[in-house]
Amino acid sequence: MENLGLAAPEMFLLCAICLILVGDLFVTDERKPLAYGLSQVALLVTLVLTWWISPDDGAVSAFGGSFIMDQMSVVCKSWILIVSIGVFLYSRDFVNAHRITNGEYYTLALSGVLGMMIMVSSATMLTLYLGLELLSLSLYAMVALKRTDAKSSEAAMKYFVLGALASGALLYGISMIYGATGSLHFNVIASSLAEGGQGSTAAVFGLAFLVVGIAFKFGAAPFHMWVPDVYEGAPTSVALYISAAPKIAAFALAIRFLVDGLETAHNSWQGMLIVLSLLSIVIGNLIALAQVSIKRMLAYSTISHVGFILLGILAGSQQGYSAAMFYAITYSFTSLGAFGVILAMDRMGVEVNLLTDLRGLFRRSPVYAVVMMLLLVSMTGVPPTVGFYAKLAVLSAAVKADLVWLAVIAVIFSVVGAFYYLRVIKYMFFDEPVEPLPVVAPIDVQLGLTINGAAIILFGIFPGLIMAACAAAFGL
Amino acid sequence: MPILSLIIWLTILGGLLTLFVGDQRCRMTALIISIIAFVLSMGLYFGFDNNTAEMQFVEFAEWLPSFGINYSLGVDGISAPLIILTTFINVIVVISAWEVIKDKPAMYLASFLIMTGFMVGVFAATDSILFYVFFEATLIPMFLIIGIWGGPRRVYATIKFFLYTFLGSVFMLVALIYMGNQADSFAIKALHELALSSKAQTLIFFAFFVAFAVKIPMWPVHTWLPDAHVEAPTAGSAVLAAIMLKMGGYGFMRFSLPVVPDASQQLAWLVILFSLIAVVYIGFVALAQADMKKLIAYSSISHMGFVTLGMFVIFGIIANSADGVESGHAVMALEGAMVQMISHGFISAAMFLCVGVLYDRVHSREIADYGGVVNTMPLFAAFIVFFAMANAGLPGTSGFVGEFMVILATFKANFWFAFLAASTLILGAAYTLWMIKRVIFGDVANDNVAALTDINQREKIMLGLLAAMVLFFGLWPAPMVDMMHATIENLVVQVTTSKL
Repeated sequence: MENLGLAAPEMFLLCAICLILVGDLFVTDERKPLAYGLSQVALLVTLVLTWWISPDDGAVSAFGGSFIMDQMSVVCKSWILIVSIGVFLYSRDFVNAHRITNGEYYTLALSGVLGMMIMVSSATMLTLYLGLELLSLSLYAMVALKRTDAKSSEAAMKYFVLGALASGALLYGISMIYGATGSLHFNVIASSLAEGGQGSTAAVFGLAFLVVGIAFKFGAAPFHMWVPDVYEGAPTSVALYISAAPKIAAFALAIRFLVDGLETAHNSWQGMLIVLSLLSIVIGNLIALAQVSIKRMLAYSTISHVGFILLGILAGSQQGYSAAMFYAITYSFTSLGAFGVILAMDRMGVEVNLLTDLRGLFRRSPVYAVVMMLLLVSMTGVPPTVGFYAKLAVLSAAVKADLVWLAVIAVIFSVVGAFYYLRVIKYMFFDEPVEPLPVVAPIDVQLGLTINGAAIILFGIFPGLIMAACAAAFGL
Repeated sequence: MPILSLIIWLTILGGLLTLFVGDQRCRMTALIISIIAFVLSMGLYFGFDNNTAEMQFVEFAEWLPSFGINYSLGVDGISAPLIILTTFINVIVVISAWEVIKDKPAMYLASFLIMTGFMVGVFAATDSILFYVFFEATLIPMFLIIGIWGGPRRVYATIKFFLYTFLGSVFMLVALIYMGNQADSFAIKALHELALSSKAQTLIFFAFFVAFAVKIPMWPVHTWLPDAHVEAPTAGSAVLAAIMLKMGGYGFMRFSLPVVPDASQQLAWLVILFSLIAVVYIGFVALAQADMKKLIAYSSISHMGFVTLGMFVIFGIIANSADGVESGHAVMALEGAMVQMISHGFISAAMFLCVGVLYDRVHSREIADYGGVVNTMPLFAAFIVFFAMANAGLPGTSGFVGEFMVILATFKANFWFAFLAASTLILGAAYTLWMIKRVIFGDVANDNVAALTDINQREKIMLGLLAAMVLFFGLWPAPMVDMMHATIENLVVQVTTSKL
């Protein structure tokens, strides 16, 4: 218990959640927006605390070795918190306009953040599972927040049933690994597998279930079925939430299990991840072509990006892990911005749903159109946006791992992907608007989106700013 | 003084500035910035040392140390002339847009300025990933220029343009990453020195070939060009033809030839075949066009066939000369290709601007809608006839020099190659002059033509500058050739040194 302070950010966040939850019951209706302000403050303080207690180098553990604070967790947590601050900012007006109960939305979202932070910092399989379930349960409830909406409830139901199944698979895998190695701690698992050579059959058997669970949480094909339905059914602000920070958490999930625990079984999981990555890139990009709903399109685009993140992980080198981390981080704030623009366009409770709703955005509000264009270009992976360097890093890792053929397939499908991103740009820039009214958004949202768009270019010119942190996280 | 960085960032940041000063003052801002950029690039000419093949005006800064990617710039004899061409055309573009573009002029000019910065970056980069970044970055501004200010089928044309070139270049990216890993450095110089097996060379050759053949463009991957040219606004077509196509030719000289010389030698027949098809077949296609812009677009493809012919015919020349005495002809072929690229930059830009002058007045690009323009626009007719002659390769214009050098050198490789290539002298004259005959000469065809007013001061300056260049390099190509001579001699040495 001597290192209790290491979990100070998590503990603070937990207290804040309780405070907001209870406090929300007692304030009058006019004071309800208080929950928003308090949540943002809570996130900011957590962020500061995370930096405050972060070790200078190396890893420090607490709670009998089940909680770890290393370079990777500091970087991941920071970005999870930064992205979440953006998520809350962009969702605020949507949440108000759609009469989603304020207190519930923010407390659930915050407990999801808490879950992610625990995932990132876990050093045993059980801690990791606890964090994951905290995140998942919050997400199930958030998807169903629009209680009267049939689609929303259906999406939540699907997500819950499939998610529970995936959690079950993950737990089963954990139990197999525990049986094979006799420990829940990743470092003990690693050393016991290293002694036993390639690892026992039981461990590899368990590994297969672990990979299924990880793939589901990532939303990688062929375990991607829930993604489009949830993105479409959930309130847009929740879709934004799901698409952004949880990708970083899912990355950490994969790294903790596959690298910290089972790196010796790399040969076994590389093949599985190749299949997942390939299918995600192919299916995600091809099906996205056929979408008319922007949320579904972004859902399939997420699937294809997950394929790229997996491509980095499966390379099995420190460089590959840091590339995947860079990819996950850049993707999460690119996706944040894209949903942010969609949310800003939402007006008087009418959600933007079809691609054609973006028609003529350039004539209506050039700044949003340019921001959205930058985000889409970044998703396409064209320089000088940050998305290019993410792809470059991942492809470079894959080529180094002698997987040139995989890199070639990935780039071919990123050209396929270019088409549907360009189509959105086409709607925004080359078509005339249906209604010429400009998009109105509060000043802080405007500022947020502008910063978001500028960051895409800034990190595109100086990608080293993030890349160095990612490289440092893996001791490069 | 870091001239190269100054040009690149002046135009990019100047583009942003143009965007912010608003639609009223954007023209003057853009003009000033483009002129400063041109003057700076002339510094490259005056400070250039003609006697070395080494990179000059070198700049270096660490950029992505974890990947070994650096921000390193420099120019040699093949990139410096192209940079000067780029900044020159940029000035012309700003002048051409002056009162023509009424819809969001600030953004229009900003796109061109930013694109100029990227294009200079393409020619100046000495790190392969930096090259790729600039190479790809030019796509976005061009995509918007065609898509927002283009003609009726602009959406189709611009998406086709983007996807074609994007598909072409992603293979190059994988090849660059592969070689970067092998060489442990992404510097182009390191790639030049990297030993590669025959199989790897062949694959890398095709990766580069797809990228640059689409860009330049070669038959049979040229189909995006006529669409893009026809739909693009006038200045867009001019930049596309004058500079963007040259990025493909530059890529062949900077990457394909020196990086994979053995594969280039083995597969030179393929490139020569495609080049000759482009020269002859596309020449006939141009003859059949009813749209002036399309005709010039096809003529560009045909002329680019000369460029690729000149670059790859050198293997035939060297093979025919066992004693090595004939390497002078190989140098001539490459220099001819370079001269052709520069000259085509002026002539094609001028031709597109001439069509633009007519289009601004009549709003039609169909040849059939014109006739007898000389009666109402005598001064304009003088300009367009001059440029048409240059396009057809009339001696005394810059169009002649490059073609002549390539044909002459090709004779040393194979008589029939040269024979087919020389057919362009007839075909080029046929399609260009026939168009001129139908558009410019004859009686006044209709009321639209009768109502034409001759070119104004702005258009005179714009076309006059280009005409001066065409004439200058036609009569005295030495400044340009001297500049590139040492570099190209070095290139021939690199190409003839096997990497196996």
